[in-house]
Amino acid sequence: MSLTAELVALKEVVEGYARGYGLDFFDTYYELLDLDQLNEVASFGGFPVRYPHWRFGMQYEELMKGYQWGLSRIYELVINNDPCYAYLMRSNSLLDQKLVMAHVYGHSDFFKNNMWFAGTNRKMVDQMANHGTRIRKMIDRYGLTKVETFLDACLSIENLIDIHAGAIRRTRAKTEEQIEEDELTTGSRVKKLESKDYMDRYINPPEYLEKQKKELDDEVERQKQFPPDPVRDVLLFLIDHGNLAHWERDILSIVREEAYYFAPQAMTKVMNEGWASFWHSKIMTEKALVDSEIVDFADRHSGTMATAPGQLNPYKLGIELFRDIEERWNRGQFGKEYEEEEDYAKKLAWDTSVGQGRQKIFEVRRIHNDVTFLDTFINQEFCEAQKLFVYRKDPRTGQMVIASRDYRLVKEELLGMFTNRGQPTIDVLDGNYLNRGELYLIHRWEGVDLRQDFAQETLKNLHRIWKRPVHIETIVEEKAQLLSFDGESVESQELTPTGDE
Amino acid sequence: MVRRVDQDRNRFRQIVRGSIRKNLRKFISRGEIAARAGKKKVSIPLPQIQLPRFTFGSNRGGGVGKGEGEAGEPVEGQGEGAGEAGEQSGDHTLEVEVTLEELAKILGDELELPNIEPRGHKQVSADVRRYKSIRRVGPESLRHFKRTYRQALQRQIASGTYDPDNPIVVPEREDRRYRSFQISQEPQSNAVIIYMMDVSGSMGTEQKEMVRITAFWIDTWIRSQYKNLEVRYIVHDATAREVDQHTFFHLKESGGTRISSALELAEGLIEQFYPPEDWNIYPFHFSDGDNWSGGDTAHCIRLLEDRLLPSVNQFSYGQVKSAYGSGQFKVDLDAHFGESPDNLVTAEIPDREGIMDAISEFLGKGR
Repeated sequence: MSLTAELVALKEVVEGYARGYGLDFFDTYYELLDLDQLNEVASFGGFPVRYPHWRFGMQYEELMKGYQWGLSRIYELVINNDPCYAYLMRSNSLLDQKLVMAHVYGHSDFFKNNMWFAGTNRKMVDQMANHGTRIRKMIDRYGLTKVETFLDACLSIENLIDIHAGAIRRTRAKTEEQIEEDELTTGSRVKKLESKDYMDRYINPPEYLEKQKKELDDEVERQKQFPPDPVRDVLLFLIDHGNLAHWERDILSIVREEAYYFAPQAMTKVMNEGWASFWHSKIMTEKALVDSEIVDFADRHSGTMATAPGQLNPYKLGIELFRDIEERWNRGQFGKEYEEEEDYAKKLAWDTSVGQGRQKIFEVRRIHNDVTFLDTFINQEFCEAQKLFVYRKDPRTGQMVIASRDYRLVKEELLGMFTNRGQPTIDVLDGNYLNRGELYLIHRWEGVDLRQDFAQETLKNLHRIWKRPVHIETIVEEKAQLLSFDGESVESQELTPTGDE
Repeated sequence: MVRRVDQDRNRFRQIVRGSIRKNLRKFISRGEIAARAGKKKVSIPLPQIQLPRFTFGSNRGGGVGKGEGEAGEPVEGQGEGAGEAGEQSGDHTLEVEVTLEELAKILGDELELPNIEPRGHKQVSADVRRYKSIRRVGPESLRHFKRTYRQALQRQIASGTYDPDNPIVVPEREDRRYRSFQISQEPQSNAVIIYMMDVSGSMGTEQKEMVRITAFWIDTWIRSQYKNLEVRYIVHDATAREVDQHTFFHLKESGGTRISSALELAEGLIEQFYPPEDWNIYPFHFSDGDNWSGGDTAHCIRLLEDRLLPSVNQFSYGQVKSAYGSGQFKVDLDAHFGESPDNLVTAEIPDREGIMDAISEFLGKGR
């Protein structure tokens, strides 16, 4: 439903404030929804129309239950689209609506300007509806069970995409002709430097030539492999090379497209929420609040920012880091001179009044994602002010104890949590393993094992798509293991350290 | 209006039911559901409904927190840290709530239980009060706000005192409307379950747990078949007495066993409270099959034959296997009655796996 006259007026005002601060957002439209409608849209991930799938029903039930038990309620819901759509709950007070609007312009600005969102489809509302129609047609044609089973299998691996695909070129650029030429010239192609005979042994040492030749031979061998380089976009690999029916390929493409659409949101959770909270706080406290609303606002705001003892709230972490950056760049606490100052007291009191804070945070929101954001800006002063620590399980008592307050360790732990959106990194290593068309994946182990029961079930789903035996190499309790599913049973076998990968 | 999400919800419920059905034997033997039953709903943990993914296990063994404390001190509010940075939280078993009726339906489908046909003349009608009409007088607590408002609005418009620019509506005495009930006669069928259990020394904790689980499923099924269900509990060793539900499952007695004592007490209850013309009666007796003497068993058989079997829908005897019980009672019952009175059912429950078969034995006749 469209907005009431009162809310339309409010929107104009808040939007004006947001523009006044330099926020640059898509046209933003609000819809007024009842609780169950809001939960419906939320269970579709913010979209009014998605393809039919039971997990949306499951999410809806969980949201309703969470609300009934008083555990959670949705305050704001905004989607990355041009125009940007956001939802307001009808039963909220005017103050709540104002707060949500102020928050939404932060998100909308972030969607539009953060470079990790640059590749996302800004007509996703239409595209999602289109996906819905395609899948509904398939269901009519092939039956619910068949389509659903395959869709489940695809969703089960939807996290196996390459979130940096837009920024990194992973395959070595070699054209077909180059490869062919390489093959033709094998043996004679190691270029010798020109030299006099008596110097040849020194200028072109035989061992060196031998090594060069071997490298080139290896390269030729490598090019014969399939794929020549490990592929991180597992979904794309399956789309390109899987033995799929037309409709199966279509479903896989839909799932992949949506996964890429949602990935930047998972990559910038701390930043995105921090940025929106930073701006709702600014807009509300500096402009939009009237005196009588102050207390209620403080209550709402602190509710969102609350951090339970021993835990971490991404909203809080984000807003504090943005505030810290603005402050530091306002006071000139950056650059060589500042970094090299050894007197801690002097560092804390450092103030050159350069006033670049606002400019800096706008730049940060443009170019960073959570990983680079935390890596670049967390320092000892911030960790101390925010009382951050790393905790570890005490092997003796099984209790979680504070391990350290060193900012480097805090940062390392945080980066571990946020790398690849907190998902394991998995590549396709071989699409023709054992020369039998079997699929060989490798989990790039970084300290945490895969959840085993899930891994087994996921392998089964992968098999449903690849239709030949599938394997994943991983590390379980410090031992390299190959987990395989051949269509009948899951087997795991320990790999010898020398492995032939 | 049909919402889009309803289709997905229905499909989800369908999957949940399918999953419960598939795992029913496991749930029954583990006693998981029985232990989680609330008044009207049960919450059932169903891990396999989630979409599996390649995701991290739980051996990160640490994280980043925020708060006071020195290195080495335990983390306040410890447990979960910030390990949920990704979009999926780690260990999160899905709990699905299912109403007892739904559960009964699943049980019925899986065991192919026939619906119970209440014995014909046991339909009694009862007065049922329903608030479904409106009166001009009544207590203020029952005032129908909307009707009152509408009445006042009508009157004001009719009398020309309504001003659209200042839409204040003031109800007067005669505008007030109140909810009021009507009495109607509705047929009602009543049922009573009388559980009897041997709590003599030979019935251990595990045996009682098996009885408890069996009783839960029997309750669930019979409750789905009757509007009014009463449950009575009798425990006995050498003597019998009536107890409440909690005591029934937790009492630990020791001593001899005289089964006839329980049957006598049950018979007394029926005579006093549950006239067979008005009630569908389901006595269930659980023991490990030991009885004091052959003489008492003979007494039991007489009691059953003369008094109990003619007045009850079905008498069920469940023999739980224990290390000490001889299992003689069932043998004696079967030897005496054979197939003849078809409202006596005996079943053996050798272990938890056997509970499901016993249930289907007990409830499979549709009485």
